[in-house]
Amino acid sequence: MRRTAYLLSAWTLVLAACGPAAQPAAPTTAPAAQPTTAAAAKPTTAPAATTAPAPAATTAPAPAATTAPAAAKPTEAAKPAAGGRGAGALLKILYWQAPTILNSHLAQGTKDYDAARLVIEPLAAAGPDGKPVALLAAEVPTLDNGGVSKDLKTVTWKLKPGIKWSDGSDFTADDVVFTYQYMADEKTAATDSEFTVGVQDVTAKDPTTVVVTWKDPNPNPYQLFVSGQGNIIQKKQFQEFMGEKAKDAPGNLKPIGTGPYKVTDFKPGDVVTYEINDNYRDKDKPFFKQVQFKGGGDATSAARAVFQTGDFDYGWNLQVESQVLNQLMQGGKGDMITATSGNVERLLINFADPNAPGDERSEPTTKHPFFSDLNVRKAFAMAVDRKSMAEQLYGVAGKPTCNIVSAPEDVVSKNTDSMDVCKYDIAAANKLLDDAGWAKGSDGIREKAGQKMSVIYQTTVNPLRQKEQDIVKKGWEQLGVQVELKSVDAGVFFSSDAGNPDTAGHFFTDVEMFTNGPEQPDTTNYLAGWLSTKIAQKSNDWRQSNYHRWSNPEYDALWNQLKTETDANKRKDLVIKMNDMLVSQVVVIPMVARTSPTSGKSKQLQGNKPNPWDSELWNVADWTKTP
Amino acid sequence: MSRFIVRRLILAVPTLLMISFVLFAVLSLAPGDPLSQFAANPAVPPEVRENIKRSLGLDQPWPIRYVKWLWSMLQGDWGFSFGSRIPVWELLKLRIPSTLAVVGVAYLVSLVLALPIGIISALRQYSVMDHVATTLAFFGFSLPTFFTGLLLIITFSVKLQLLPFIYDSTLQVHDLDTLGTQLKQSIMPIAVLALFQTATVVRYTRASVLENLPLDYVRTARAKGLAQPTVIGRHVVRNSLIPVVTLVALSAPTVFSGALITEQIFRVPGIGSLLVNSIQNSDTPVVMAITFTFSVLVVLFNLIADVIYGVLDPRIRYD
Repeated sequence: MRRTAYLLSAWTLVLAACGPAAQPAAPTTAPAAQPTTAAAAKPTTAPAATTAPAPAATTAPAPAATTAPAAAKPTEAAKPAAGGRGAGALLKILYWQAPTILNSHLAQGTKDYDAARLVIEPLAAAGPDGKPVALLAAEVPTLDNGGVSKDLKTVTWKLKPGIKWSDGSDFTADDVVFTYQYMADEKTAATDSEFTVGVQDVTAKDPTTVVVTWKDPNPNPYQLFVSGQGNIIQKKQFQEFMGEKAKDAPGNLKPIGTGPYKVTDFKPGDVVTYEINDNYRDKDKPFFKQVQFKGGGDATSAARAVFQTGDFDYGWNLQVESQVLNQLMQGGKGDMITATSGNVERLLINFADPNAPGDERSEPTTKHPFFSDLNVRKAFAMAVDRKSMAEQLYGVAGKPTCNIVSAPEDVVSKNTDSMDVCKYDIAAANKLLDDAGWAKGSDGIREKAGQKMSVIYQTTVNPLRQKEQDIVKKGWEQLGVQVELKSVDAGVFFSSDAGNPDTAGHFFTDVEMFTNGPEQPDTTNYLAGWLSTKIAQKSNDWRQSNYHRWSNPEYDALWNQLKTETDANKRKDLVIKMNDMLVSQVVVIPMVARTSPTSGKSKQLQGNKPNPWDSELWNVADWTKTP
Repeated sequence: MSRFIVRRLILAVPTLLMISFVLFAVLSLAPGDPLSQFAANPAVPPEVRENIKRSLGLDQPWPIRYVKWLWSMLQGDWGFSFGSRIPVWELLKLRIPSTLAVVGVAYLVSLVLALPIGIISALRQYSVMDHVATTLAFFGFSLPTFFTGLLLIITFSVKLQLLPFIYDSTLQVHDLDTLGTQLKQSIMPIAVLALFQTATVVRYTRASVLENLPLDYVRTARAKGLAQPTVIGRHVVRNSLIPVVTLVALSAPTVFSGALITEQIFRVPGIGSLLVNSIQNSDTPVVMAITFTFSVLVVLFNLIADVIYGVLDPRIRYD
């Protein structure tokens, strides 16, 4: 936001120098600023990551909303498309960020993944419970059906026979192999290239069989070709445009796909229109003849268009101040659809000393003056009122959690509820600090051996986050801790700029806050973020994911076990154990498990299955509309 | 006159070079990059982001990028958008129709309304009509467009359900029906913009005409026995329009740059909204193209204003 304001005002200055004409163009920043902040990139996940809570999102629960916990049943049972293919007219989808590219491998955010998903598909979707659902694959390969080899090194995908691209040509294993090569080519610079890491080879055994070979045993056979990051593109359309030429591909704006729809017109940054792909494999679907995917504007007016005027059938990511949302929903034209995702708003504790001099600052060789004491960390955790935060600030968009792994349901720890660090208890927290020898001075601030207990607590510039900071600060102040709040532009905070001291990776403060979560239902990669080998520090340009500078051999050992474990139940136990360790050791203080999707739909629209693990339009072929 | 124009055009070159340099520097030095959306996203680790940056040519220092940009711009190549990976010019071309249909029309409407209203207001100073016009004009430029926009949406879209408030750029006008739809969807953004612009021009025109009315040359004209329309039309209006021409000519380039707020509110895919989104996504080539074209237009229209002075006011000679 600040950046926008800054640039616009700079521009205005230049114009002012040219002549008085600049004047009408000047008063701008306010509405413009909105989209910046709330970029929520789900399928890439970390909506979180991006920038997090929608800027406007605030206060109080919206009672009218129908919520479906991730693994539970969707709000409405998917009905078969009542009138068969093309029985419905036009489906109007509204995103307040506009898609700019439809080749999802070069996508810049959720908007692009979602707009692409109507056209191009992965071999299997990641289902609402985190389990894959076969799309182009005849069945999901597992250990049981022999699709995944015993040594976890090869995965054999059988494709559905007879699938055709929207141009009428045959979809074959070659297209899948090509998609891998395209994604893995460094010069293509695919945004989802990370999913090809560890792959030794992808080969076509026959036209309907694809074999993925991993360099090392991979317990997550669904890393590649599953969910929005694994969309298969047509070899014929893209083979001339691999590597450096990727940007010149006409298919970037009009990919040929196997999905229910094909693109008829795309105005980047504005609107996509689709019509039925006549070659779609399910003869009864999709229901709608045409789809319009409009982008731009802001979340509040998007909610208005769905709930009040009914101009649109579906509105994406409506994290609107819940008072306003409730008022808009009184129109009675629509409902919210949400599902708990793996994205958790959390506080990160710095184990290194952010005040160490010079190059030593926040380096893992230093030790934080008081966070190195577990009891102090516990006291801080116990003074966080996550319940008020979730209820007052998130409403339908999140619920309080004390787990750092908040989905899928089967790996969510039940042990944390009873932990004392998860209870909001100011008195007990004060006692912990008293016992640890931190006494309150004359100014009410605790100190020990000349060290004052004062923290700097940073996050991104975002109205919702600033309110969260206030809640946390109030709790900590009741402990006699001096809290200084800091907020950094999201573009800077999340940048990988080694020269900027304000990034989350530099972590030159005591505490910081943002949202993060696993990008796939398998949490192995996500949990690697706390390994001692992944500590962010000067020597790696702060490019590693362990921002805490925490290291624990026991945790490392658990992770190494998880990496090779094949038994599903043992894996579950390991994930829960690691979650519990991170929480009980107060490496991180989880606060709110956020929902994804957090969207609105018209009451007539049927068949949506809220799914936190894949594009929220993942089953758009099943959507129907009652008159 | 032609020598004057040539001289001014030559002088414009260093000005524009400086402007482009400042713009580029500001954009490059501003924090954030096109990939910051992906930060902290475990699916897009820093190595991948660095790789993407490299593929966009962002790994080079900005002065080098500036020289490269300038060189290709001089050859007519505006570069390609980081977001859509298509030439910037293609992207602009898509935006021009909506911009002209909304911002351009609003500009014309405001001129057509403002000049007569301003002149009549001045001639009938303190009449009912003058009071009404003055009041409306004050409303016009004191109310920010995001407020009038919202007001119109709530009245006409939400309460009365008469007009759509989301602009549909896929609409093709080919018969009366679609023309009606086009009018319905563009009337609110046009009204919002025209209100603001009209208000400004009305005030200028009125003040300028009032300034001229009591002058000696008007009295002389009347004393010669000229009819009122001739006095007003040939003498007063012609002289009064000089300051108005400045205002109008210098605000003409804003038609190109679009209306940032109004476009955002009504989701009109004009150049303004393209600019805002490109700034947010650090899509430098697009931002540069729009801002620089705007600068060129400002310089150009300054020149045009000066030329028109010469036509309107014979006392002004440029040689």
